[in-house]
Amino acid sequence: MTERQTPRRQDAKLHEVDRRAFVKLAVAGGAASLVAACGWDGGRLIRPALLDWSRVNDWVGEKILFSPTRLARTYDPRERSAMLPSYFISDMTPMLRDPGAWRLRVDGMVARPLDLSLDDLMAMPRVAYTVKHHCVEGWSAIASWHGVPVSALVERCRPLAGARFIRFASFDAGYTNGWDLASALHPQTILAYGMNDNPLPPAHGAPLRLYSPTKLGYKLTKYLVSMTFTDQRPGGYWEDQGYPWFGGI
Amino acid sequence: MTAIPTRPAVRRHHWIVRLTHWATVLVLAGMIASGLQIYEAYARFGNRGGPLLPSPFDGTQWPHWSRLGGWLAGALNWHFALMWPLVTLGLVYLAYLVKSGEWRGLLFLPRDVPGAVQMVKYYLRLRRDHPPQGKHNPLQKLAYTGVIVLGALAVLTGLAIYKPTQLGWLTALLGGFQAARYWHFWIVWLFVGFTITHIILVFVVDPASLRAMLTGWYRGRFPSHD
Repeated sequence: MTERQTPRRQDAKLHEVDRRAFVKLAVAGGAASLVAACGWDGGRLIRPALLDWSRVNDWVGEKILFSPTRLARTYDPRERSAMLPSYFISDMTPMLRDPGAWRLRVDGMVARPLDLSLDDLMAMPRVAYTVKHHCVEGWSAIASWHGVPVSALVERCRPLAGARFIRFASFDAGYTNGWDLASALHPQTILAYGMNDNPLPPAHGAPLRLYSPTKLGYKLTKYLVSMTFTDQRPGGYWEDQGYPWFGGI
Repeated sequence: MTAIPTRPAVRRHHWIVRLTHWATVLVLAGMIASGLQIYEAYARFGNRGGPLLPSPFDGTQWPHWSRLGGWLAGALNWHFALMWPLVTLGLVYLAYLVKSGEWRGLLFLPRDVPGAVQMVKYYLRLRRDHPPQGKHNPLQKLAYTGVIVLGALAVLTGLAIYKPTQLGWLTALLGGFQAARYWHFWIVWLFVGFTITHIILVFVVDPASLRAMLTGWYRGRFPSHD
């Protein structure tokens, strides 16, 4: 049907072509298995290209796949998982020596820098939901969170026109994350001071953590101390080590 | 191969088919190897603290030689870079099948069932002679149609894991995030099973088809009767 009969004189050349192609294939296959053989991250030549390509994926995730209005599925509180692992960078659970002195600093490219206590934050609009948490490792767990939407703080501090990113910083061994403004303004992106109807426990970032069902867990800064608006894309603890910067899901 | 010099050579595989075939071999190998590295970070299926989906590979650590990326971030970057050529190759191949009309020789349809039964009989030695066939016999059509469907499912389950919030409808359709991970993982073993069977059959039944996939020229036992 799709094959065409061809002159016999082609036959003589076939073996040569075949052998050459086979050698090429063997070389390619050999190289591929070598690549696989050493848990290769790409080395000096390919690793930078992979990281550059990760920025393309960030762009697709941010500009094409992310919707500023689409809400993540919410669950009934009875569907909560029996456990949610907690991670921090410090050797021991980061705790404040004087919780009463804690403040959230909102600064950078804003018309009105803020210095907020936990009571100030609790007096602001409150959002509560039960959602699925997605870790970059592949695990997931359902939990409830409540807190103030980041959009409410943005309204109050009024970022300057050039501000495009927010740098979230913690008191956990310098852990930080950089966020695009659109993800931060998503209605489900909150600064959570509560988890599963209780105050946020120390293992999960007390007194205040960033939470959003639109991002992977490593983007959700715990032990928050500041939000800095900037026009320069801020790095982050894991992002600087090669994890995708956008981390959107 | 020396015993068949009198058969006429026929042009079998267009260069697009040969290129996408071998490029997919490399890209898919990279996808599987980086996928095995990613798997290790949470080597089971199910929400934390909840029931797990049945799998004999819970907690399995794959051999070092089979993993690509070195650690989770490295493997993710390989996986999310290689997904682009994988999808591109798949789309180019499908576009070629449609444009050339070659899909007719590959698509398994209900009318291929009797022929498939005859092929099974032949392989089980219930029938002595190889049934006459075109470019591909009905069992091959079934395998090649199946592997194309499998490729599409690999991409869809992958997208469902990649963006479970933005593509929440797709993730829900596949049974949720952990179920989508589960299918994505099992599709790998179907691919591996297909590949092993494919290679065995090429060498046992029709070695000339390997040359055809390399050079485009076929001079084996099964020239087209279509």
